[in-house]
Amino acid sequence: MNILEQKIRAAVAQKRTALIPFLTAGFPDRSSFWPTCMELDENGADIIEIGIPFSDPVADGPVVEQASRQALSEGVNLRDTLDELRQRRGLFKAGIVLMGYANPFLQYGYTRLAQDAAAGGVHGLIVPDLPYEESGPLCEALHKADIVLIPLVGPNTDTARMRLYAKGEGYVYVVSVMGVTGARDRLPVQVVETMKRARSVFSQPLALGFGLRDPTQLAAIPVEARPDAVVFGSALLSHLGEGGTATEFMSRWR
Amino acid sequence: MENSYFGEFGGCFVPELLMPPLLEVEAAMREILPTEDFQRKLHDLLHNYAGRETPLTYCPALSSELGFDLWLKREDLLHTGAHKINNTLGQALLAKYMGKTALVAETGAGQHGVATAAAAARLGMDCTVYMGAEDVERQAANVQRMRLLGAHVQAVESGTRTLKDAINEALRVWITCQATTHYCFGTAAGPHPFPTLVRIFQSVIGRETRTQMLERAGRLPHAVVACVGGGSNAIGMFHAFLEDKDVRLIGVEAAGTGESGCFNSAPLNLGTPGVLHGSYSMLLQTEDGQVEPSHSISAGLDYPGVGPEHAWLQKTGRVHYGLVKDANALAAFQRLCRCEGILPALESSHALAWVLDHPQEFTAGDQVVVNLSGRGDKDMDIVNKALGTPREALS
Repeated sequence: MNILEQKIRAAVAQKRTALIPFLTAGFPDRSSFWPTCMELDENGADIIEIGIPFSDPVADGPVVEQASRQALSEGVNLRDTLDELRQRRGLFKAGIVLMGYANPFLQYGYTRLAQDAAAGGVHGLIVPDLPYEESGPLCEALHKADIVLIPLVGPNTDTARMRLYAKGEGYVYVVSVMGVTGARDRLPVQVVETMKRARSVFSQPLALGFGLRDPTQLAAIPVEARPDAVVFGSALLSHLGEGGTATEFMSRWR
Repeated sequence: MENSYFGEFGGCFVPELLMPPLLEVEAAMREILPTEDFQRKLHDLLHNYAGRETPLTYCPALSSELGFDLWLKREDLLHTGAHKINNTLGQALLAKYMGKTALVAETGAGQHGVATAAAAARLGMDCTVYMGAEDVERQAANVQRMRLLGAHVQAVESGTRTLKDAINEALRVWITCQATTHYCFGTAAGPHPFPTLVRIFQSVIGRETRTQMLERAGRLPHAVVACVGGGSNAIGMFHAFLEDKDVRLIGVEAAGTGESGCFNSAPLNLGTPGVLHGSYSMLLQTEDGQVEPSHSISAGLDYPGVGPEHAWLQKTGRVHYGLVKDANALAAFQRLCRCEGILPALESSHALAWVLDHPQEFTAGDQVVVNLSGRGDKDMDIVNKALGTPREALS
């Protein structure tokens, strides 16, 4: 079983929802990024998603876009991030996933990316602008390095399209809203239907993301439609941006 | 999804949440677009509302100066002032058949925004136009036009606050409103099927030109020249001539101010392959794959990417893509005003400038067609700033 799936299954076995914080590389600033990752790791993160900044993040709302822009202005890039991961290999208990747009990965070269990501202890990749139709070449390169490509599905992904992604490993990222990343006060009602449909198609664990702000949002979802894991990005970035700590943020969710 | 590539270029690099609406557009292209009913309505709109067919104008003064025959395809005479309306009427009508009640669009200079707003008003649809905040400031007249036509204009503050960011925002918004709304994409770029859809609606330019040349000159042109930003007027002009191997096709990119390393809008000549706004094409980008800001004196060419079919036509060698600097475009603008009494858009002035700057490429008796994609009234502020207010106008 893929290690990301193992991490989530282990949490579920402990009767808890696995926690997947998202942090843009170089945020809140270059020097405190890695200590913040360690803090997330020590405070209950089952998987950490590291965002690779991109100039044109079409799936992201203002909080992640701003973090991305700030990181780019400080010179954060994929090469350095992979290099820094390699130096920290073995330090994280959590699974490590890179989330970034297709073009920086493409320019780096898929084969080289797969090799360097494996050397950095990366277990999975999420590429929000790489739908099934365009995912073949990257999937192939990652497969050789034993890294999985995590698919995203959403409220408008019908059963037939979900099936296209069903062969994958790791987990499935279920987008809760018809929209971009960013914390919302409440989740839309159709999240229940989306989760049930995903559950009927996928054998991989389901991680719910986009729009999550605090754990009470999950309580509103009927048990049979609850996710195995939750991803929170914008809410964490905002909390850190306002001077809060990762420890405080994680304590709300544990 | 059908074949979404032109050679190695194109594709559909979008979030999964945009796949269903793109597949819906693809299905409409297959099932609605070819129907007699749709074609009849589109023909009526193009001919009796937008002003097709547009004239092919012979330029006696410039031809005499140049020593070969110069013709202009007059897309500048269309309603709203440019070729953009060919596409917006087509897409708006298609959206209406698809049961959509609203359009979203991006705009840079505002021409596509105005053309979308007009099409939406004509067909009774809501319209929201996303425009970079910097463009909103520098293209105030077009913002006013869009608002008069009933469109909501949303200033986009993110990123470089220009066209590129307006497209990002329109794509984001389309995710949320896809059930009721069609994204009326403005150029032959973006994710599949937009490069093909926009080309289909713009191809009327080349079809008319081909027929007009055969009637007027008794032969096909030796060369056809068009400016390339995203590339919709150029692909619309070139497409009918692709199989005519003796017709030289020349696309013209904006070189910006022209000093080495300056900002430009010439990804085909100065960029590298990459993914932006849903397609793999030529792109102005850093080694790390971050998209670089573009520049051109012509706002309609000011874009770091280009339609994927152009990248392919460059690679196959069927189309040659040249470069023209801001200053040369301005000179061509003035020369057409004075010689032929036509005030061209700065975009189209780039295409004309390439011909004026390369007379050695042609010989006596050659027939050269330039696509005059738009009129220059919208550019008065920019031209006055660059050249100074014409003295006569002050007296």
